[in-house]
Amino acid sequence: MSLLSILDRSHTVAKPGFSRWMVPPAALCVHLCIGQAYAFSVFNLPMTKLLGVSQSTPADWKLTELGWIFSIAIFFLGVSSAVFGRWVEEGGPRRAMFTAALCWAGGFFISAIGVYAHMLWLIYLGYGVLGGIALGIGYISPVSTLIKWFPDRPGMATGMAIMGFGGGAFIASPLSVWLMSKFSSATHVGVAETFIVLGIVYFFFMIVGSIIVRVPAPGWKPKGYVAPTQSQGLITRSDVFVYDALKTPQFWLIWWILCLNVTAGIGVLGQASAMSQEMFPGHITPVAAAGFVGLMSLFNMGGRFFWASTSDYIGRKNTYFVFMVLGFLLYCAVPHTGTIGSVAGFVICFLIIISMYGGGFSTVPAYLRDMFGTRYVGAIHGLLLTAWSMAGIFGPVLVNYIREYNVTHGVPKAQAYNVTMYIMAGLLVIGFICNLMVKAVHHRFHMKPDHEAERAQVAVAAAGEPAGA
Amino acid sequence: MNEQTQDSSMTLKLILAWGFVGIPLTWGVIQTAINAMKLFQ
Repeated sequence: MSLLSILDRSHTVAKPGFSRWMVPPAALCVHLCIGQAYAFSVFNLPMTKLLGVSQSTPADWKLTELGWIFSIAIFFLGVSSAVFGRWVEEGGPRRAMFTAALCWAGGFFISAIGVYAHMLWLIYLGYGVLGGIALGIGYISPVSTLIKWFPDRPGMATGMAIMGFGGGAFIASPLSVWLMSKFSSATHVGVAETFIVLGIVYFFFMIVGSIIVRVPAPGWKPKGYVAPTQSQGLITRSDVFVYDALKTPQFWLIWWILCLNVTAGIGVLGQASAMSQEMFPGHITPVAAAGFVGLMSLFNMGGRFFWASTSDYIGRKNTYFVFMVLGFLLYCAVPHTGTIGSVAGFVICFLIIISMYGGGFSTVPAYLRDMFGTRYVGAIHGLLLTAWSMAGIFGPVLVNYIREYNVTHGVPKAQAYNVTMYIMAGLLVIGFICNLMVKAVHHRFHMKPDHEAERAQVAVAAAGEPAGA
Repeated sequence: MNEQTQDSSMTLKLILAWGFVGIPLTWGVIQTAINAMKLFQ
């Protein structure tokens, strides 16, 4: 038996007595680490002073050049989750988590060399490409496993993991700043050493996650849970093959729903600090704006758990209706809060908006499970994440360019975001229509019995012993 | 008896696993909350 065989799905089948509540911390081990991506900006300023140390020199990297690192990583997140989705699904969560750990740590180590040698392309390759691949594989690795362990509460289960992705930055940001302060000196910024330490710590954390993760044995179900025997409304009892899902209108409707919801949120998330100061000059100081950004991060994380858990009770489609309708009303209200000078109103609007931005991410795996079944939900989710990559480009561009256009055409800074807010509200109207059009997947897309039999045979061969409750 | 030992072992594993992710996450949330309080100062 080769050493790597312990990564196989067959070696992760839970034994009797295993508690399914061990799986969310396993998922969090990965998501908390890769969530560091949201905090990568803490390195931007120090990396503009690698040569000059106290201040930038002409030979130092520019902020615009460094901005590409995050963009490349998010691009490769979408690409890798789409390309490797089926491999993750069929190979099992342990193999995927282990691979993500290698890529994530490897990305940090290559980037450390890039910082040390002052070669930016190595950071693009390390954190951007390799780290981006880790983001994609790591993000989807526990999703279908959680859904299989929690058929009674799929929204809550995936919400917990994806909440970790939002929370990763909370740990990474102060930790990175602290590490850089320890490694920096009068002649040295300390970024390379920080990358190495982060790579080691994250590798350890992610490996622990891959060790404790388990998949349920075929046929396992929670005590007292009775699976519905027939499809109910949108919730199917059948599975759809990953590439067949692409042929359904439902996949593309949900793709647009996610893309539009994320575009609306991501556009303001990156601009929140500047926007709050420009809309309320004299009322919101740079320090208060930084606090506002921190508060938004907390709501981004909390919203991931809250909305996904709520969707277990009110349904996925209704949850997205709430996002679209409430989001529309709040975006329309934001310019009004600026007009009447209500800082509290502005803050409340954005906190709710950002909670729904996070909720959009965490509710979508359960939505996909309802539509396409559990068998390939991880892989289908991987394909859907290309919507995130697209939104990552659309959102900030929309906000930045419209603001720029308004300011150059004489609109006061305090009102420069008004048009953007109405456009975001308009995007949510389109999202509402897409959500309205989502119907149950036609049975011709469901996997045929021969596929089922083949699948069951593979599962039986792969399973060691049956899992306990 | 054997089942009881298995149960307490799993409880311990659950505490360790949740502590492993919960402690750093709580620390991060507290740090962020302290930072967020600047909005109200």
